[in-house]
Amino acid sequence: MSEIRDVPATGDEFDRAPGEMRLGRSGIARGVQGYLIGLVLAAGLTAASFYFCFSGLIYGPAVPAALVALAVAQMGVHLVFFLHITTDPDNTNNALALAFGVLIVTLVIGGSLWIMANLNHNMLPMSKIMEMQR
Amino acid sequence: MTAEHAIDPNGIGEMGPKGVAATGRGAGGPASKRVYVGYGFWIFILSDMVMFSAFFAAYAVLAGATAGGPSGRQLFDLNNVAWETACLLLSSFACGLASLAAAGRNALWFHVAMAATFTLGAAFLGFEIKEFAGLAAAGDGPQRSAFLSAFFTLVGCHGLHITAGLLWLLTMMAQVVAKGFRADILRRIHCFVLFWHALDIVWVAIFTVVYLMGKAP
Repeated sequence: MSEIRDVPATGDEFDRAPGEMRLGRSGIARGVQGYLIGLVLAAGLTAASFYFCFSGLIYGPAVPAALVALAVAQMGVHLVFFLHITTDPDNTNNALALAFGVLIVTLVIGGSLWIMANLNHNMLPMSKIMEMQR
Repeated sequence: MTAEHAIDPNGIGEMGPKGVAATGRGAGGPASKRVYVGYGFWIFILSDMVMFSAFFAAYAVLAGATAGGPSGRQLFDLNNVAWETACLLLSSFACGLASLAAAGRNALWFHVAMAATFTLGAAFLGFEIKEFAGLAAAGDGPQRSAFLSAFFTLVGCHGLHITAGLLWLLTMMAQVVAKGFRADILRRIHCFVLFWHALDIVWVAIFTVVYLMGKAP
């Protein structure tokens, strides 16, 4: 049985796998601290979302925008503290792949909503259509 | 400050910051398996996000198409959603601790953290099944309206991912028991951790777009 090894090659420390954390000298304690910060921030943002949804503190029509802003902030927290995506040079590949993913997601969601809103706007009301078919 | 630093201060070229030929950038040879396995799985996760985005777009377009049936405002129970959210966030946290335990090669803490991850993930799934069963029993299943079809597709797809993740989690615990923290097992654990954190990110979008926006006055 050959043992499976994965000894890092020379200079491998300059590339990071996605989600990989560099623990450095302070080790595990530092890592736990990072996850704790992430947990507290994420829980706070979640609580804020649930609170502002019904508090009436935010002007009614602006509530969806506020919720989206809080959700995007929380996704950022998850990416930084749980998935360890940073702007480090050794993280460039991971961040670029993420940026491409975000671009496609934005195009799909934004584009669908835009097109469908346009179609709805240009369509006759359902009652009129029924009349014409009669 | 060496000459290399002056030319390439951030070490993004072929040479790393110490002037050693860096792997994965041409001169130093290919990146190690640890790096490209993780990167490949990252690409899979991003493509999964693109798939979810299509379901989100469908839901957003169809959210108002209730066909005379109940809307989200009448159907959703935010208490249930809050419990689900708490379970999944804590599960994600426990999963992070498991990855630290794996990095420290501590089998006991790894199993404790993974068991916590599993319990919380299973609790999330329990809340979701309770909600789905209640809706179906009241005749508000996916066949009721376009809105409910889109709802069950989007949220159910996330639930299926969680189910698959739970099975994967148990597999990883069994593999650590049977094979220990071998390099290939560690890579699999790493991919699982990525998957689990990504599912929590999708849930953030779901509880915001589906539940809170559906319920907002």
